[in-house]
Amino acid sequence: MDGRKESKAAPVKNLTTAERTSDRELVVTRTINAPARIVFEAWTNPEHFKRWWAPKSFGLTILSCEMDVRVGGGYKLVFAAEPEPMAFFGKYLEVVPNSRLVWTNEEGGESGQVSTVTFKEEAGKTLIVMRDLYPSKDALDAAIESGSTAGGMQETFDQLEEFVGSL
Amino acid sequence: MVQYTQTHFDASFAALSDVTRRGVLEQLARADASITELAEKFDMTLTGMKKHVGVLEQAGLVTTEKVGRVRTCKLGVCRLEEEAMWIERYRQLWEARFSELDKVVEELKLKEKSDGRKKRK
Repeated sequence: MDGRKESKAAPVKNLTTAERTSDRELVVTRTINAPARIVFEAWTNPEHFKRWWAPKSFGLTILSCEMDVRVGGGYKLVFAAEPEPMAFFGKYLEVVPNSRLVWTNEEGGESGQVSTVTFKEEAGKTLIVMRDLYPSKDALDAAIESGSTAGGMQETFDQLEEFVGSL
Repeated sequence: MVQYTQTHFDASFAALSDVTRRGVLEQLARADASITELAEKFDMTLTGMKKHVGVLEQAGLVTTEKVGRVRTCKLGVCRLEEEAMWIERYRQLWEARFSELDKVVEELKLKEKSDGRKKRK
């Protein structure tokens, strides 16, 4: 009964920021309206994790998710993709309950980034700071380039086509 | 980012408001071409074509590369804009993830609350 007020209150949309902070690093931030222990649980329990890591609104579907969240433990995520499913895998380098996780991304070989997420709780809310550190400027440039040429250009040209079509 | 997108689209629309520039884009969609070739094709002076290509380049619709004495034009966004677009898509992916995460943590919060009540009983 005492939960009624919270569940009915319109959730406040917190801002998500993303920035290339250096030659080798990308940083994403977001505040979540929950204590750090809950955010950590959602990040480290595969049953919860697979519900949000591959958002349907982004056209992503997760096929399987294995996580052994301890230092040296591995993870493996498989996404639905054409022509064949795509696997993402690596291992956890640091695990500090309710506060910090560091893991490798090894699907791309040696050019893979190391991801660090920190959870900082303040007044019942948690600030998430997610850093992707690439081994070199070239590795990050290449990641951006490979993602840009296909998707990005198509998007731009679709928008242009729409506009040109309306002339 | 919002401001970036606004400026970007203003520049794109301005670039596309001219019939010659739209023709140049169509031409470049078929094949890369030098400024000289484009000037001939559109029956224009080199200086005039350079101006048009400059506008398209500013809008990030065309990139040019000078090899020797020939400047070749091709369709494409410049590197900085490409990067800004990529980062914006990356941000949108995380935004989508976090809004799903919001739902998951709301459930976990409720569960923790009801578990807590059970324990107290």
